[in-house]
Amino acid sequence: MTAKILIVAEHDGKKLNQSTARCVSCARSLAGAEIVIAVCAADAAGVAAQAAQLAGLARVLTVENSANAHALAAVLAPQVAALAAPFTLVLGPSTTFGKDLMARVAGLLDAPQVSDIMAIESPTRFRRPIYAGNAILTVESSAAGKVVGTVRTASFEPAPGGGAAPIEKVALDVPLPAHTRFVSVSAAKSDRPDLQTAARVISGGRALGSADAFKILYSLADKLGAAVGASRAAVDAGYAPNEMQVGQTGKIIAPELYVAIGISGAIQHLTGIKDARTIVAINKDSEAPIFEVADIGLVGDLFQIIPAIERLIG
Amino acid sequence: MQRILVGIKRVVDFNVRIRVKPDGSGVITDGVKMSVNPFDEIALEEALRIKERGAAEEVIVATVGPPDCQQQLRTALAMGADRALHVQADGVIEPLVVARALLKLIEREQPFLVILGKQAIDDDNGQTGQVLAALWNRPQATYASKLELTGGTARVTREVDAGLETLEVDLPAVITADLRLNEPRYVKLPDIMKAKKKPLETFTLAALGIEQRQQLKLVSFQPPPQRQKGVRVKDAAELIDALKKKGLL
Repeated sequence: MTAKILIVAEHDGKKLNQSTARCVSCARSLAGAEIVIAVCAADAAGVAAQAAQLAGLARVLTVENSANAHALAAVLAPQVAALAAPFTLVLGPSTTFGKDLMARVAGLLDAPQVSDIMAIESPTRFRRPIYAGNAILTVESSAAGKVVGTVRTASFEPAPGGGAAPIEKVALDVPLPAHTRFVSVSAAKSDRPDLQTAARVISGGRALGSADAFKILYSLADKLGAAVGASRAAVDAGYAPNEMQVGQTGKIIAPELYVAIGISGAIQHLTGIKDARTIVAINKDSEAPIFEVADIGLVGDLFQIIPAIERLIG
Repeated sequence: MQRILVGIKRVVDFNVRIRVKPDGSGVITDGVKMSVNPFDEIALEEALRIKERGAAEEVIVATVGPPDCQQQLRTALAMGADRALHVQADGVIEPLVVARALLKLIEREQPFLVILGKQAIDDDNGQTGQVLAALWNRPQATYASKLELTGGTARVTREVDAGLETLEVDLPAVITADLRLNEPRYVKLPDIMKAKKKPLETFTLAALGIEQRQQLKLVSFQPPPQRQKGVRVKDAAELIDALKKKGLL
């Protein structure tokens, strides 16, 4: 059976999110799969052109509608469900965009969803983490039915470029609801790398003690060209905004270097970083669970260690 | 009557260290502490607060699962829910089945608001709210960190990857609760006693006309790969050296 895979592109209207290239890698792990990306947007040309460059695609479909100006799951889901008809597997990234949308698509299609796919073993067999990554579950769908999935982006490298897939406009005749309206989005403007794609991440926990003290991480991050993350405890305490949270219910990341500063290492946090290439832990409690996963551990007072690191790297 | 329906799930308590059974058939749950899924507690707390400020008259909790789930329904009643609905089912219960069961309860109870947790901490699926909203053909606002009701609409602040997004949805709607929506109250002993007398109705899936389909076979459970034990360094200078050796600086 040849897998026919539809990937729903994540984008902000201008730029294709790297999560989509990671979904393509996931799809490409099935040899011989026919892979198609769908771009639903108000104006899809720019994003579709970026998508078409990803290697290994059969084509890129665009669905243009002014209702797609903001990614509303209730509006996008009927369009994706309509596009899904000829496909065996419908994928989106396991980001807040994809998690919100794909399960609604699964509901419309009356299809099972495999959440957080970390490996595709066959067109019907998938592996995924459960219990905050404390167990890995292999699931098998019946060969006959369609499957919806979200892709655990940290498990896959972005697909390379160099492709030139044809772009096809699709006109859909599906009623779209007006019951859900976008009001606003507020995001802290930052020149730092994006947390989900950064090669280096500096993360802080409750031990930072205050929002003011948390700022010493920004200065170190800027010296290292790193993104800044935070534990749930630090976000709950108001030291850092929610979009910085790393872990089971925050972002799952896979940087080259992850530096956990003043983070004890609750299981819920560790699940968000276990794909990091190298984990460094700095904590004054030598028994902190973070040291069990750290490649390099340093026990000590972070308020002395961080300035010392900064001086040493100039 | 202005009702809110809250879905809850019985899960292994978040403090339990999860171990996979040696034969790979599941995780060890015998003799393990079970609790209300933490996100569902947040969902219930939000419903109770809405009722307490007079914007709803009744809070109903519902679950789909084996008889033991009634313990968690009693906990929810002790927190302050007015009555509980238990749809009995055994074995693997997929989100589509739960959503269908909840939809039947919605048709019966006509809530103006349905609040669920954004995901269960056992299977980490994070699907039921969205699937329910799709089947019900109503709005969804997932990952809510703030919920304001005005007339026939809800204004919901959502925790998304980019930051905070605000949506306006017509009611009825499905909301899924994120961590920072509120901090659930503690249950007091007298409330546990009172909860024993609150109404708890049971149904079967069959009686609701729902087939318990299982579309995904659970083939095997494995422990996650372990990271190799690392090294300890004694100061910042050694740390920098170690990072340089790995080519990371």
